[in-house]
Amino acid sequence: MLIFEHSRPGRRNYSQSPTTAAETSNIPQNLLRKTPPLLPEVSEMDTVRHYTRLSQLNFSIDTQFYPLGSCTMKYNPRACNSLAMLPQFLARHPLAPEDTGQGFLACMYELQEILKDVTGMAGVSLTPMAGAQGELVGVAMIRAYHEARGDYARTEIIVPDAAHGTNPATAVMCGYTVVEIPTGKEGDVDMAALKAAVGPKTAGLMLTNPSTLGIFEKNIAEMSRIVHEAGGLLYYDGANLNAILGKVKPGDMGFDVIHINLHKTFSTPHGGGGPGSAPVGVAERLLPFMPVPIVAFEQGTYRWLTEKEIPQSIGRLSAHMGNAGVLLRAYIYIRLLGAEGMYRVAEFATLNANYLMAELSKAGFEIAYPTRRASHEFIVTLKDLKEKTGVTAMNVAKRLLDKGYHAPTTYFPMLVPECLLIEPAETESKQTLDAFISSMKEILAEAHAQPEMVKGAPHTTPVRKLDDVKAAREPDLTWKQSS
Amino acid sequence: MPFIPHTEEDISTMLASIGANTIEDLFDEIPPALKSGSLKALPGLSEMEISRLMQERAEVDGRYLNFIGAGAYEHHIPAAVWQITTRGEFYSSYTPYQAEASQGTLQLLYEYQTMMASLTGMDVSNASMYDGASALAEAALMAVRSHKSSRRILMPTTVHPIYRRVVRAIVKNQGIEVVEIPYCAECGHTLAESLAPYAGQDIAALVIPQPNFFGVLEPVDALTDWAHDNNALAIGVVNPMALALLTPPGEWGSTGADVAVGEGQPLGIPLSSGGPYFGFMACKQSLVRQMPGRIIGRTTDLDGKTGFVLTLQAREQHIRRSKATSNICTNQGLMVTAATIYMSLLGPEGLRRVAAQSHANTVALVEQLETLKGVKRIFSGPLFHEAAVTLPAPAGAVLQTLKAQGILAGLDLGEHYPELGNALLVCATETKIADDLKKYVEHLGRVLA
Repeated sequence: MLIFEHSRPGRRNYSQSPTTAAETSNIPQNLLRKTPPLLPEVSEMDTVRHYTRLSQLNFSIDTQFYPLGSCTMKYNPRACNSLAMLPQFLARHPLAPEDTGQGFLACMYELQEILKDVTGMAGVSLTPMAGAQGELVGVAMIRAYHEARGDYARTEIIVPDAAHGTNPATAVMCGYTVVEIPTGKEGDVDMAALKAAVGPKTAGLMLTNPSTLGIFEKNIAEMSRIVHEAGGLLYYDGANLNAILGKVKPGDMGFDVIHINLHKTFSTPHGGGGPGSAPVGVAERLLPFMPVPIVAFEQGTYRWLTEKEIPQSIGRLSAHMGNAGVLLRAYIYIRLLGAEGMYRVAEFATLNANYLMAELSKAGFEIAYPTRRASHEFIVTLKDLKEKTGVTAMNVAKRLLDKGYHAPTTYFPMLVPECLLIEPAETESKQTLDAFISSMKEILAEAHAQPEMVKGAPHTTPVRKLDDVKAAREPDLTWKQSS
Repeated sequence: MPFIPHTEEDISTMLASIGANTIEDLFDEIPPALKSGSLKALPGLSEMEISRLMQERAEVDGRYLNFIGAGAYEHHIPAAVWQITTRGEFYSSYTPYQAEASQGTLQLLYEYQTMMASLTGMDVSNASMYDGASALAEAALMAVRSHKSSRRILMPTTVHPIYRRVVRAIVKNQGIEVVEIPYCAECGHTLAESLAPYAGQDIAALVIPQPNFFGVLEPVDALTDWAHDNNALAIGVVNPMALALLTPPGEWGSTGADVAVGEGQPLGIPLSSGGPYFGFMACKQSLVRQMPGRIIGRTTDLDGKTGFVLTLQAREQHIRRSKATSNICTNQGLMVTAATIYMSLLGPEGLRRVAAQSHANTVALVEQLETLKGVKRIFSGPLFHEAAVTLPAPAGAVLQTLKAQGILAGLDLGEHYPELGNALLVCATETKIADDLKKYVEHLGRVLA
């Protein structure tokens, strides 16, 4: 039942709005709304019950294991939320003077400094509001760098075929043409193809390392040399930073610019699709182009640096300073971990992934890159299973929902057929992983014994398989009073 | 070990299964030359220690009586909004790609889309953008995609000055030209005659703010019709709270604006130093396939039961890659959760009352401020809940003195509009009571005396 279907004309919550209806006679009649908006007229209790019940239809980290590759679904500590929501932090207006926000700005400044250390970059700006915006900022800085040197010939961004969809989409938003390069048999970027692709048109290369295939690009130093010698810059997509946190710094791998998904590595909540936050880090030569504002600490006082101090900045990406509350949560998480805790993130994420990979392999699942170590994630391919039983990766994913697990990422990266990209974050215990392994074994047996049942999954979720084709062909995107 | 549950026994069993001796062995594919030196010393804190640190920092920041608006507005947020929003099932869930495991979030987003479409008078809404400024940039890109021949956007200088900068930063690398349109110095809004030089030219869109940055109401009907007469799209950039009172963009002029975007923060989102907020975007049916971001549709399952899914995904980066309408992926889901609960609790009459009271409080504040010698509202155009006022003394110094009294007396307009002289932008939402206004006016009177 929709909230609108609970609505009754004239019902209202008297505690939640002014007791009298104020005068609006100063507003000209022709600018006033003629009919009220279609908002529900429900009691406070109706609202609380309705949305509490809706919440119970969701899977979440607080209720289920999410082996969701490339998403780093780790536990979101409750303290990060409650401390970021202290009343003074919530009440602070973004345009309030800096001296009324020294406590908040201290957290932001320290976060910038810690992220610089963790990434090995010379400067950090906290403003991008999600990974894709971090990418946009990064590629825009690459463009600004070339243009500041009077080099307008560079029109191409190189992207491996295994990259996230946001990489090519971002390059196009920055006015570049995308050159895709293939992946070799062992999962590394095809070096011959890279050498052939670079040249005077190369603005840069966008790379995730460990890659979306869950393996560390061994040739990264050589790739860095090839791209730099061609005059291009190297962009690091920080989606998989969790795998190497404190172990390898992207700056040491030769990257010129990087974004960090705080909603992955630094445990800020995914919130059903955001808000994210994706600070960018830059090497020395990109410092003049960083997006503003940036926090500075001078003579014992924190203040914002803006276009005035950074005149070549690529500019602003949000009305204020980005997702401040998300940044606070990440800061609190980092302070809870400390340096030791950060090393352990990568260690135990990697331990969990390699253990799960080993056990699933023993259980008869085909690993896509069996000769390689898993980073914090790995790929199972169900190509053979599909040929033998007709059961697809999607069917297995949906059957996992019946067993009480969120599905792994399916059909990404696109170059591995019938793939499941599996990432068990470091916050999961061996016992949870063992239970998951048992469920995977059960599904494998079911696929052979009762393939039709597996193909019909899920069976126990609030709804069964939904008709996506109907949704796209006859779009029903808003509720209508008569419907 | 914070948030890592492994016992020593677990670790040794797991390593044995893998066939490795130590955890460090698992990193043996990383070339040794790349392995970093250590991180800077940073002790891990207990929850008690970090709580103490954060509370100290929050206390340093204190609380002020706030009269700043300028794109972020202080409204009362019912207790239920964030108590429900931060339930783990909303807070810690993922983007709803697995529809059967995400019906709560998906249904909520469908309800949100319905509320926003109705509030803006549009046919459809997406499931959110990052914030109002970036939503406006995406609307400009959408207009250029749908127009096909023109890459020029007309942008009144009454649009939030930072929004204008963000639009430039986001669209400039696609060869899109943003032309600024001056405002009427007397009335404080855009005049149709300021657009006359562009009549008959190839224009992708005209941006129309309502209310504008000065709090003044724009002649939206005339501006929308001008855009359509010149084969341009009309993009409304609107305050959703104001729409409880004002004509929605979908009803502007003879055929309505084509796209409505704006900052969703007034709908139950705390000020929080500027974020996270959320941007909204709604449009006419004919433009839906040009829209960026997530869209939720209602459909049925195998048994014919109603359910909700992400739909029209052929627009998006994870399917279309370099041919997507935008690179946006993660958006502001949790903020939309709060806004949907907020709108449900307020309902049409509650929202209207909050908007009306904010309007009335600002009108009262301006009246009282104008009793002070040399203080005067700058523009004659009608206002919603914000006003530009001129002062007989430097605005920066006045703000500084009032801040020492615990009052944030408004935004100094000097940086963005130096032509206005000593000018403040002030806002009094429904959260201000008569005593607050009196306190402000008395203190300002003393400063100016």
